[in-house]
Amino acid sequence: MFTTLGRIIKSGLLNFWRNGWLSTATVLIMTVALITWTSIFLLNVVLTSVLDVLAEKVDVSVYFNLDTKEPDILTLKSKLENLKEVANVEYVSTDQALEIFKNRHANDDVLLKSIKELNINPLEASLNILAKDSTQYATIASFLNQDQFKNIISKINYTENKVVIDRLNNIIRVLRESGFVAGLILAFIAFLVAFNTVRLAIYSSREEITVMKLVGASNWFVRGPFIVEGVLHGIIASAFSFMVIIPGIGFLGPKLLNFLPEINLMNYIGNNFWSLLLFQTLGGIILGVFSSWVAIRKYLKV
Amino acid sequence: MIRFENISKIYNSHSVALKSVTFEVKPNEFVSVVGRSGAGKSTLLKLLIAEEKPTGGKIFFNKQNILQMQLNQMPFLRRQIGAVFQDFKLLPNKTAYENVAFAMEVAGKSEREIKNDVPKVLDLVGLKDKANNFPRELSGGEKQRVAIARALVHRPSVIVADEPTGNLDPINTWDIIRLLIKINELGTTVILATHDKEIINTLERRVVSLENGTVVRDENPGRYILS
Repeated sequence: MFTTLGRIIKSGLLNFWRNGWLSTATVLIMTVALITWTSIFLLNVVLTSVLDVLAEKVDVSVYFNLDTKEPDILTLKSKLENLKEVANVEYVSTDQALEIFKNRHANDDVLLKSIKELNINPLEASLNILAKDSTQYATIASFLNQDQFKNIISKINYTENKVVIDRLNNIIRVLRESGFVAGLILAFIAFLVAFNTVRLAIYSSREEITVMKLVGASNWFVRGPFIVEGVLHGIIASAFSFMVIIPGIGFLGPKLLNFLPEINLMNYIGNNFWSLLLFQTLGGIILGVFSSWVAIRKYLKV
Repeated sequence: MIRFENISKIYNSHSVALKSVTFEVKPNEFVSVVGRSGAGKSTLLKLLIAEEKPTGGKIFFNKQNILQMQLNQMPFLRRQIGAVFQDFKLLPNKTAYENVAFAMEVAGKSEREIKNDVPKVLDLVGLKDKANNFPRELSGGEKQRVAIARALVHRPSVIVADEPTGNLDPINTWDIIRLLIKINELGTTVILATHDKEIINTLERRVVSLENGTVVRDENPGRYILS
């Protein structure tokens, strides 16, 4: 048993070495496939973060009549926080609203002066509501539209921004779906290319396979070395692919950081280095073994 | 030992390779199967090592009908039959030594047995010095001797040789034939398919003549007579 296993592994390693040219070609094609897979995965990570950042920019603000008492607003705030659709509620008191206003218009003397001359604070207190999912604002808005809140609420800006929010939601949905589908298609193409390379490599060995069978080799004795070669192809291709991807991220990451400060790919790679390496190597091995396994099947029927 | 019973092989309606062929081979016999190209010699030998399946009939090897064997039993059948082919069929990425050793490895023989037997068999076929050469570095005659060594090394009870001299010059041809005679004298049954008249007439052994897929003559000793 162990003798046979040893012979199979030794034979696989020898074949890999002696078929140098073919092994190199197969490894390179598999490297391209793995780079494609990992790039698609990373692009999906970037796209998802971009869309999450975009979705977080959508919120709904509720403004209260000037005579509303703070405890009433805080009661509503805690009611909102209990809704399962709501991620976060932020209270901005009239004083804070004035501060923000002043800061925002620090350079506009006319505005600041006119505020001062008013003597009273004209800005309304508000609650900024962030939903867990940007499609849930309609539910939150309908909660706020209940009769019991009508006399304290002066306006809800969801109604004004509804069109924009809906459009943004649509764009996010389409991007997520099409990104996913495009990724799947590209990944499948990469798989087909690698799979067919292995098939051609095994096609070139079809006579050898027949000879082995005619000399009395069992299916496993013939298949084994090809599987060992498949594993080797996968591991080496994974190493090559990482050697391209890591410097690639090092080069592109900072550029991406310039216009999308929320997305730090280098940190992402740093945090997920081992799992990425593991999944990529596993992907390579599975790709190599699966392709060899399927490709060799029809030549074993001797 | 080996019995073909009413064997027919039809590839398609225009190509009938064998028509109800029946004959028997006894232990330690040296049988030549002769006939023109396309007479069905190769097909007959392919059926014996189960490389192909007949359309009808039965083939017995040591009283076992090989057509009823499961696919996973084929390796065991093939390890009892040594096969030699016109185109040598060596493994190109293995040295002469490794090609011969392969036949023992598939049978699960120990490393010690392999290290002991392979050099002896290579010596027998006169290739001791070429053990580490790859097939591409060997001449046609040398390749065929490696193939015979491989067929011989696991001590099969029968060797089938399909036109083993078809690609060789006269000197190498006689080397190979002498080798086969020697193997036969050492107690192994030999079935030789050939269309070489000179070989057959010199051998003076049993001859089974095939014509258009049927046995037209079976004589011991026989001569090469084809109409």
